[in-house]
Amino acid sequence: MRKISTLFYTIRQGFANIFRNKWYSLASVATISACLFLFGLFYAIVANFRSIVMKAEEGVTVTVFFHDANDRCEKEGTPHSPEQVPDELRMKEIGERIKARVEVSKEPDGVVFISDEEAWMNFASNYYGESYAEGFPENPLSGVCSYEIHLSDVDMQNALVSWLQSIPEVRKVNYSEVTAHTLSGVNLLIAYISVGIIVILLAVSIFLISNTVSIGISVRSAEINIMKYIGATDFFVRAPFVLEGIIIGLLGAALPLGLIYSVYNYALNYILQQFSVLNSFLNFLTVQEVFKVLLPVSLVLGMGIGYLGSASTVRKHLHV
Amino acid sequence: MSRREQQRIKKEQMIEEKGVIYLDNVHKVYSSGSPALNGINLSIKKGEFVFIVGDSGSGKSTMIKLLLRELKASEGNVYVMGNNLSKLRHGKIPRFRRNLGVVFQDFRLLNDRNVYENVAFAQRIVETPAREIRRNVPAVLATVGLASKYKAKTNQLSGGEQQRVALARALVNKPSILLADEPTGNLDPKNSWEIMKLLEEINEDGTTVVVVTHNREIVNAMHKRVVTMKKGVIVSDQEGGEYIEED
Repeated sequence: MRKISTLFYTIRQGFANIFRNKWYSLASVATISACLFLFGLFYAIVANFRSIVMKAEEGVTVTVFFHDANDRCEKEGTPHSPEQVPDELRMKEIGERIKARVEVSKEPDGVVFISDEEAWMNFASNYYGESYAEGFPENPLSGVCSYEIHLSDVDMQNALVSWLQSIPEVRKVNYSEVTAHTLSGVNLLIAYISVGIIVILLAVSIFLISNTVSIGISVRSAEINIMKYIGATDFFVRAPFVLEGIIIGLLGAALPLGLIYSVYNYALNYILQQFSVLNSFLNFLTVQEVFKVLLPVSLVLGMGIGYLGSASTVRKHLHV
Repeated sequence: MSRREQQRIKKEQMIEEKGVIYLDNVHKVYSSGSPALNGINLSIKKGEFVFIVGDSGSGKSTMIKLLLRELKASEGNVYVMGNNLSKLRHGKIPRFRRNLGVVFQDFRLLNDRNVYENVAFAQRIVETPAREIRRNVPAVLATVGLASKYKAKTNQLSGGEQQRVALARALVNKPSILLADEPTGNLDPKNSWEIMKLLEEINEDGTTVVVVTHNREIVNAMHKRVVTMKKGVIVSDQEGGEYIEED
């Protein structure tokens, strides 16, 4: 019974403290809001950038060609031995090994087998139009089968290409080194910039919050002092202040989240309407996709900042 | 017999033999190196009224801080209600302090709350049920003569009235010992006397009262035990004594 009344007292005091020290509370909410607004804005930009890069990465493919009975060894100019020309079963086996070796794109066509007929059909229809069959009664690419590999991570490309080239049945591996290098570089750049800006934001947050908290100390120290002299336990002293800090943190997180939701939605609609051409090659995230991560992270950060700010302030005054 | 029971009996024996407050060769040196108390021996029996007097820097406030376990003795032992404060763990301090009522010169009231809330605050801290708080607070406010002003904000009260609220707050949890650190320091003579009369009444009801003061007139008029301190040592300890200021 006593514990329940203490719990209700703590909750009541937590809320009462916010109104009692409204200017301090407002300053704390504003500080946390400003930091989390910057964080949210930065996250939305980085998430979109990453999404665009990932879309570009999915377009990077490695194509593997196999020896066929007609092609010849580069050095000797003689036909390949029958062991080097894979049959259908061997080719399937190689396909399975590729799938097992690298993490391919999550899409269903991560590793696609292209038969000689499909290869000729794709090539001819692109270059000669639908009537290609009239000029070529036989398939000039007969026996030229390949695998198209869509990687989920372009960083894996080099290792995969080396491995593919070591397979005796493989005649040629087509890949774009420049694209992979560029995308890897962009990925690394985003990672560095993200870490850098997050560190700066955190440092700014801690600085601003510690300043705001120190303003509140003068109000709180007298109250904590009295409580301790009367015989309050550390928990009893700490609980209302910590609850107050958490509420302030949540408010500080909720406000920028609401603002970012509106601003992002407006900006996205504006860009898509005004620059519709961008949408065909840039993959912007919807507000729901951004908030799937931003909402919980911001709320936890807000609560964490509020908790740490209030707990550390109170702790300084507990040893009375 | 349980260990707790044994400890309780040991504490009671300690109180019986040595008093509710017992300082045994207590030294206090601050971290700056300056000595504040130098070999203090003092015993205060249950139900006594004691004045501790002395000039600024004599060690009076340090002694109060030691009794509240705000500070620890550098050497020697401080016993309050049979508890050896040198060995009292941090987690046990709140429960120990519930035996004490404290009154300060600057009142230390919560100015954003009214009289009733200031007194009830002390009861909530020791987790007194709400029904008992509603009964106890008006009763103690009546004792200090503030029953009609329970709704007033503390900053609307005179100095004397504010000290009465502080006294009510100190008394509401029915402490065994009341420590008053310069309780009349901010009051005019009339209000000072009223506060001292209240302290005397509280003492007559069985509470041990320790008053640290500079007020020579009051000390000399009340004929209580007077402990005089100078430069960290007790220079005199007399029943019904007087406060003699030395040059």
